[in-house]
Amino acid sequence: MTNQTTWEVVIGLEIHAQLATRSKIFSGSPTQYGAEPNTQADLVDLGYPGVLPVLNAEAVRMAVKFGLATGSTVATRSVFARKNYFYPDLPKGYQISQYEKPIVEHGKMDIMLEDGTIKTIGITRAHLEEDAGKSLHEGLVGASGIDLNRAGTPLLEIVSEPDMRSAKEAIAYLKKIHSLVRYLEICDGNMQEGSFRCDANVSVRRFGAEKFGTRCEIKNVNSFRYVEKAINYEVARQIDVIEGGGTITQETRLYDANKDETRSMRSKEEANDYRYFPDPDLLPVVIAADYIEAVRGTLPELPDQKAARFHSDYALSAYDAGVLTASREMADYYEASLRTLNLGTDAGKLHSAAKLAANWVMGDLSAALNNHNLDIGQSPMDSTRFAGLLVRLLDETISGKIAKEVFEAMWSEGATADAIIESRGLRQITDISAIEQAISEVMAASPKQLADYRAGKDKLFGYFVGQTMKATQGKANPAVLNDLLQKMLPGA
Amino acid sequence: MSLHTLSIAELSRGLDKGEFSSVELTRYFLARIAEKDPALNAFITVMAESALAAAAQADTRRAAGQAGRLTGVPIAHKDIFCTRGARTSCGSKMLDNFVAPYDATVVAKLAAAGVVNLGKTNMDEFAMGSSNETSWYGAVHNPWDLSRVPGGSSGGSAAAVAARLIPAATGTDTGGSIRQPAALVGISGIKPTYGRVSRYGMIAFASSLDQAGVMAPSAEDCAYILSDMAGFDTRDSTSVDRAVPDYVADLGMPLKGLRLGVLTEFMGEGLEPQTAACVQAAIDVYRRLGATVVDVSCPSLPLSVPTYYVVAPAECSSNLSRFDGVRFGHRCENPKDLNDLYKRSRAEGFGPEVQRRIMTGAYVLSAGYYDAYYLKAQKVRTLIAADFQRAFSQVDLLVCPTTPGPAFAIGAKIDDPVTMYLNDIYTIGANLAGLPAMSLPCGFQDGLPVGVQLIGPHFSESRMLSAAHAYQLETDWHQKLPAAYS
Amino acid sequence: MSLTRRDVEGIAHLARLQLSDQDLSRYTDSLTKIFAFVEQLSAVDTGAVEPMAHPLAGEAQRLRLDSVSESNHRDLYQENAPLVEAGLYVVPRVIE
Repeated sequence: MTNQTTWEVVIGLEIHAQLATRSKIFSGSPTQYGAEPNTQADLVDLGYPGVLPVLNAEAVRMAVKFGLATGSTVATRSVFARKNYFYPDLPKGYQISQYEKPIVEHGKMDIMLEDGTIKTIGITRAHLEEDAGKSLHEGLVGASGIDLNRAGTPLLEIVSEPDMRSAKEAIAYLKKIHSLVRYLEICDGNMQEGSFRCDANVSVRRFGAEKFGTRCEIKNVNSFRYVEKAINYEVARQIDVIEGGGTITQETRLYDANKDETRSMRSKEEANDYRYFPDPDLLPVVIAADYIEAVRGTLPELPDQKAARFHSDYALSAYDAGVLTASREMADYYEASLRTLNLGTDAGKLHSAAKLAANWVMGDLSAALNNHNLDIGQSPMDSTRFAGLLVRLLDETISGKIAKEVFEAMWSEGATADAIIESRGLRQITDISAIEQAISEVMAASPKQLADYRAGKDKLFGYFVGQTMKATQGKANPAVLNDLLQKMLPGA
Repeated sequence: MSLHTLSIAELSRGLDKGEFSSVELTRYFLARIAEKDPALNAFITVMAESALAAAAQADTRRAAGQAGRLTGVPIAHKDIFCTRGARTSCGSKMLDNFVAPYDATVVAKLAAAGVVNLGKTNMDEFAMGSSNETSWYGAVHNPWDLSRVPGGSSGGSAAAVAARLIPAATGTDTGGSIRQPAALVGISGIKPTYGRVSRYGMIAFASSLDQAGVMAPSAEDCAYILSDMAGFDTRDSTSVDRAVPDYVADLGMPLKGLRLGVLTEFMGEGLEPQTAACVQAAIDVYRRLGATVVDVSCPSLPLSVPTYYVVAPAECSSNLSRFDGVRFGHRCENPKDLNDLYKRSRAEGFGPEVQRRIMTGAYVLSAGYYDAYYLKAQKVRTLIAADFQRAFSQVDLLVCPTTPGPAFAIGAKIDDPVTMYLNDIYTIGANLAGLPAMSLPCGFQDGLPVGVQLIGPHFSESRMLSAAHAYQLETDWHQKLPAAYS
Repeated sequence: MSLTRRDVEGIAHLARLQLSDQDLSRYTDSLTKIFAFVEQLSAVDTGAVEPMAHPLAGEAQRLRLDSVSESNHRDLYQENAPLVEAGLYVVPRVIE
């Protein structure tokens, strides 16, 4: 890799989020994904002669929600414009978008960097526009087939400032926006289906340089992993070109995931003159202050607010709070399991339970979900059953080690923690006399080790822990066991 | 029986009294079209079969006592309005094979009122023209002199009504396309306020200027049709949600006290003397009827033609991009690639005037020229609208000629676009400002009809139609028929 | 102002119109006349004047409730299509 101390990477993202409306932005066609070609394209979507667009109020409301959630200015007056170009997936020969007067401007989004510091990324604007159709190439010789089902699906295009300085930062920002639109319930965030897409503008410059380098726009990156790989590839390519004495040409590049490279897009080579002008079919969108306030009233608790509350109420670390609130579903699951525990008002009890629950949600539960490729919303173990396990950990019926076994059984058998503990006899032994008895037996059976220990070989303490645990099939309460060994091993 | 000289009111009464049925009326006008249209070329498509079926249905409705006042009255639609199941060509080769799968709101509303549609009238291609010579289906001939144009773009509707092939027809007006042909064939024509009539299903030329209206012998006829055509439409967000008055009932509004402003900019240079005299005589009639007549100046108004020829082409270049040979319309043979498909389909499908306007529009919107042309024109548009607003603080209606002179010869101006564009100098201002305006026949110059124009503030159609009606109660210019069609 | 043939070629490409040499000469001539005529606008003092995009520009856009009102009419709508296959509109290969 090239000298990272010489080159500064500059990244800006353009995110296209399909808004989760029932009908399209300018027509009454449905927006469901995956229908037979052209069965969800009405006269307006097809750009038939004589038809007119009528704006979907819900798309406006969703854009306003996004604006409020990012501390943006929501324009009281925004204007739709036509972006003119010919392309088969663009039925009217123009895309209805917003140009000079977008509905949302001047927002920001905080991201957490790997070292835990917070960085603010500027959001230049977010505007409403219509999605295009799709060109399909399979099964047709020398021809393409056009499916206009997607044409007219509402999009919110979210444009960032060129504020990101690494692929990691870009991913952190992208994930944060992804989380936010799902919190707001304005986009389903499904990247495979193209509901949430990202173009990255990437350039490099020598550290200390004031001017930005020439940027390339990378299109068609449809997963977080690919966005990161595409940016890293593109950065290395640009540095190679410049260090080799070449210059970067401003162009649109396509990321090819199979080859893990970006390449120039021939179809976009031609310089476009989009001839934007205000769409004469659509009057300005006027948004009243009381409307904005009413929408503000419907905003859910946002990821950053939730993380701050988790930090203060549950005494979780900023890192844990950030991870738990990254998705609304995970945060909800976490809090639901805590509620099931019914902890009352004792802050100490709450904080230790909260930490325990956090470790389990972020640890074993997340791992199990990952292994099975599931979202937390699809977890086979609901929060109540999960909380049943926490209860038995908190009341010391089982140890952390046994709990892992119980968790696995709960996951695969679908039973409650208590049922598993009973049927497998996993209840922890806290009865002091029973553990004393077991220790005495181990001491009697290990005279040499005992003598050595008493002669100063402290390390053998672990030997006695292990042997006693073995004798109790791991059910001895570790703390009690520890205490008793401390007392009994030195002898009277 | 000469049913073709009856007014809409008389037809409605006749149908009501059973003097004739809608089927009889429809047969009568279909026969008249068959006989006389070959010389005029006013129709692109005659819809005899569906018209007779609609007429029979209208008769049934009337017999059942469910008739409205237009039930059974035959009309024709300009071929710019989509009509379900029938070719809707917009006067273009591009759409020669296009069968609309839906009805325009205007078509649907009038059908719901029981109007019988006899067919689709000829027009300048995509409504771009002032002579009806740009139609793919050939020029329309003026019934007063077959060697002359009927005006345009609604030339087919104008000629058909002037020859009484039909009692009334719809038209559209982007820069004078109802009023100018109405004047040149001696009939009445109203372009309502922008937003008064839905544009849904009306193939767009320039969306911020286009408005549908009526062409008929008299203002009273126009009032009948407009009452059932106007109104808010959820499918057109630029239509205005405002109650539609009964324009027929409002025809009796008293004229006395009307403040009429004579647009001084349009009464001087460029106006042919005989036409000026006819307009002057019409103003005198108003004065006699009790109107207060004053001179009013709108100094920016002469800029309306250059303004229009930036704004309208800009919008048209974008509106006509959808004709790309992919989903409907003309497609070239064996395209070798995508650009070839686009370029040849469009060059073959569009005529020269349409191509010229598309290129004009693409240019004024392109990088580096937007501010100098498009934005500049939008600012001048503000000045023009402000002039009108000032004028309407002093007067109720403005009066001026509709055209500088009578109909010109076919072929006389077609090769000189700027001269052709200047024919719309008096009509374009109302479109730029979205104002209602109408043309009324007010005399003859060398045996050819000329028109006087009324322009009013937004939503003043009742005032305008009643003033026009008062004039027509005093004059009979609107009842004059060309000899061959009397 | 005067347009060159090259200018007109550029505009024709933007507008996707195939022009013959003869067309090109004709349009260069007539477009030059039109722009010479339109040029008079540049002399107008429009200093602080706001542009007017629409006659109803003072009004607010009416919005539609978010409900699905349209059903599938693909067969009817594709009757006007020059070339369809398996429900798709067919065009010469799109290269990406």
